[in-house]
Amino acid sequence: MKVVLDHLTKRFPNINIKIKTEVVAVDDFDFEIPDGKLIGLLGPSGCGKSTTLNLICGLETPTEGRVFFGDDDVTKLPPENRGVGLVFQNYALYPHLTVRQNIMFPLQNLKGADKLTKQQMEEKVLEAAKLVQIDGLLDRKPSEMSGGQQQRVAIARALVKRPKVLLLDEPLSNLDARLRLQTREEIKRIQRETGITTIFVTHDQEEAMSISDLIVVMEAGKVNQIGKPQDVYDDPVNLFVAKFLGTPAINVFDAEVRDGVLWIAGDDVMDGVDVPDQKVWAGIRPEAFVPDDSGKMECKLVNVEVMGRDTSVVSTHEGMQGVSIRAIISAENKVDQTKEIVNFRLRPAKVYLFDKTSSKRIYFGDQKPLGRA
Amino acid sequence: MNKDYEAIERAAKRKAAVRKGITYFFLTLWGIMVLFPFYWMVLTSVKSYGAYNSEYVPKFFTLSPTLENYKDAFTAVPLARYFANTLIFTVCTTALMLVVIVLAAFAFSRLNFKGKNLLFTLFLSLMMIPNELVIITNFVTITDWNMRNTFIGLILPSVTSVFYIYLLKENFEQIPDELYYAAKIDGTSDFKYLTKVMIPISQPTIVTIVILKVIECWNSYVWPRLITDDQLHFLVSNGIQEIRENGFGRENIPAMMAAVCVISAPLIVLFLIFRRKIMAGVSRGGTKG
Amino acid sequence: MKYGNNKKAWLYLLPAIAFLGLFMVYPLIDVVVYSFEESFNFASQTYSGVGLYNFSYVLRDPYFLQAIKNTFILVIITVPLSTGIALLISLGLNSIKKLRDLYQTVFFLPYVTNTLAVGLVFMILFKKTAYTDGMVNLLIQLFGGSSVDFIDGPYWAKMFVLCFYTIWVVMPFKILILTSALASVKQDYYNAAKIDGTAKWRTYYKITLPMISPMIFYLVITGFIGAFKAYSDAVALFGTDLNAAGMNTIVGYVYDMLYGNSGGYPSYASAAALILFAIVMTITCINLMISRKNVQY
Repeated sequence: MKVVLDHLTKRFPNINIKIKTEVVAVDDFDFEIPDGKLIGLLGPSGCGKSTTLNLICGLETPTEGRVFFGDDDVTKLPPENRGVGLVFQNYALYPHLTVRQNIMFPLQNLKGADKLTKQQMEEKVLEAAKLVQIDGLLDRKPSEMSGGQQQRVAIARALVKRPKVLLLDEPLSNLDARLRLQTREEIKRIQRETGITTIFVTHDQEEAMSISDLIVVMEAGKVNQIGKPQDVYDDPVNLFVAKFLGTPAINVFDAEVRDGVLWIAGDDVMDGVDVPDQKVWAGIRPEAFVPDDSGKMECKLVNVEVMGRDTSVVSTHEGMQGVSIRAIISAENKVDQTKEIVNFRLRPAKVYLFDKTSSKRIYFGDQKPLGRA
Repeated sequence: MNKDYEAIERAAKRKAAVRKGITYFFLTLWGIMVLFPFYWMVLTSVKSYGAYNSEYVPKFFTLSPTLENYKDAFTAVPLARYFANTLIFTVCTTALMLVVIVLAAFAFSRLNFKGKNLLFTLFLSLMMIPNELVIITNFVTITDWNMRNTFIGLILPSVTSVFYIYLLKENFEQIPDELYYAAKIDGTSDFKYLTKVMIPISQPTIVTIVILKVIECWNSYVWPRLITDDQLHFLVSNGIQEIRENGFGRENIPAMMAAVCVISAPLIVLFLIFRRKIMAGVSRGGTKG
Repeated sequence: MKYGNNKKAWLYLLPAIAFLGLFMVYPLIDVVVYSFEESFNFASQTYSGVGLYNFSYVLRDPYFLQAIKNTFILVIITVPLSTGIALLISLGLNSIKKLRDLYQTVFFLPYVTNTLAVGLVFMILFKKTAYTDGMVNLLIQLFGGSSVDFIDGPYWAKMFVLCFYTIWVVMPFKILILTSALASVKQDYYNAAKIDGTAKWRTYYKITLPMISPMIFYLVITGFIGAFKAYSDAVALFGTDLNAAGMNTIVGYVYDMLYGNSGGYPSYASAAALILFAIVMTITCINLMISRKNVQY
């Protein structure tokens, strides 16, 4: 089932009644989610991604705009009639019911022609439990299970009714690091096996990048960019997206373009920048740095961290924003740790320029916008 | 398909509206049940004696309110005296109790001594003992001591509460040990630590206890009834019973209601001022009914 | 030596121990002693023997049997009814946003009122006198019924007023406890149920009730204990001579035996108080056993 969000806007009245202006949680969200894909809604906390999820499942109604499931307008339909499954951040498993009863709960609500026999319910429960691999734990109570197991029960409960759309709210945030890796693969597998259009919300860019077919980067209620994870990483449309994606994070510099040359605090670090003269933000990915004694970018060396395959070089530069520059170089490129200065050459493809006022991307040289969803 | 959805949507909206309407109706109904006695009490208290008795069908309002009944309430019966007695009783009992329970809670939470756990268990087991069981002997004791119709006799049996010691001890124990050690290093005495550090930190709990105790004292009836038969030492509850049975001549209901208004007013005013605190306090440590 | 020292600790505890010893521990022993001392004379402080006579006297006393009957009827009617109504009201309160604070404040008012004083107002509302049939009777007549004197009239009418007033008095505490229990059920559970298309009543029955069941049982247990000790409500409505009104309660019987016109028999009072204590303990144990089985987590 494809899901269409047609210029969705949600405004809340301010919590402080004295302030008359409304809070815009979601601002003009316009996007068609293709059938059978795994979509990651990504953004810092408070950016409106959870509200978007609530709008899709019907726990909130939009102030403006419409929601379509396939061709049906479900904007004002109550959640129970939408056929969605929702997995809550803290799972919301009923503590007084066993795993079996928890998973069966949605089935017992079916009425009329959809009503199932006890036998059919048992089968469906077992099927869902097998899918998430908890079929051996059906008679336990949630309190007797680990966080990861509870998560699986929550997913099974959401899937047992075969929803048209599966929604997951921060599904991994309550798990420890090791479980998180394991569970995100699991979510990907379940999504592939069921083929249900799945939307999940997260603030962790690595999580979103690793399993999503498409990611949606949101900031303050606004959609910044939608695309395949790699495309968004390689081609951020603005400074926010560039900063939000990638570990280590992108290095941002206060820079200026003069006569086709990029200047950062007195260093003419790169030429071939065919844009009009202006002050810009320069975002340089860690992998854009190549150690080269003749390189124009001269940094004060702070530390070299060897991490097996790669080496991380920490340095400082006058034009930088933040406390240090982090460069990732392949292990063959040795950096002399005893030196105080390190010189870098830059790979133009990994250097992004952004307008000083609008923060929008400025393309130069061979760079051009990639195909976007 | 879209038509269908609209129907579902409308049905859901209608259902929600009906549910809401019913909810408000029943809440309001109970609200009226709660408020009506208060309204009737105030209304009757401002009707004149003659007007009240001539209404075979009571009127829901009065066009000629009078404060005469309030004057009667204070002159015909010693209402002011009852009031003063209750005030003295409430203040003394609460203050004495605070001293006793703060000291005990401090010993249990911060001091170490032999038999502490055994003693605390004994204290806790006393919580199960209903007042009705011990009041018989207390009545005999106070009578033997010739303390009937004295404030001391009224106050003494109510100055400890195991439950409040327990509540306060739990609260004291949440204060980190480091504060105690820090104070010790600075040469602070135990007592000074208690008054300067623990009591201020535990103020919310202490306020809760005071509120609950004041309500209890103001409304206490059984013990004062047993221990006082002299009007000069009546508390308001006994006073109102006395008024009902002997005061004003039995039938002066407006004057009776005036007295009831006066007696009810202080706690209601206190409640309206400290609403949140009182409700939070009662849900933490109150029982009634 | 962790903190403080031995002697000082006992000094801090001295007042509490003294008061508790004198007014709780000693009376506790004494009440048992009294209850076995036969034909105790209050004036001369002498008794003729030791035995179970006091218990058998009390158990044969028609006033006591009446008090037991009244108390049990009161308990059986008011505890389930007040808990049930309080639950409905709390569910209602929990489902609204507008005016919620106002409703909560109003509903709490009876808690801070003097039972004796407001009981007088109830008496006036229900009483039938030569001058007026009273408010409530007026309402009954309005709906076509015939008037009844609820204060000096038939037994069931008096019992009705007593139950009604008792419920009115205990309601605030129950509503308060249940509303805060309901508020502590996380919204996520309701959202989950909503998305699954759970009907409202099923949500209440299958999710809300089990989640707040510990609090409901707490209220039932304290409710039973409180209702068994009913006394001032009855005094407020029917006056101090409850035996004459036929509306005495067990606690009332204890006090009457102790003091007042029929008083001066601490032995009988003690026996009656111990019987009450035994009843309350038994009921509480049964309650606890049932709640162990039914409180679900």
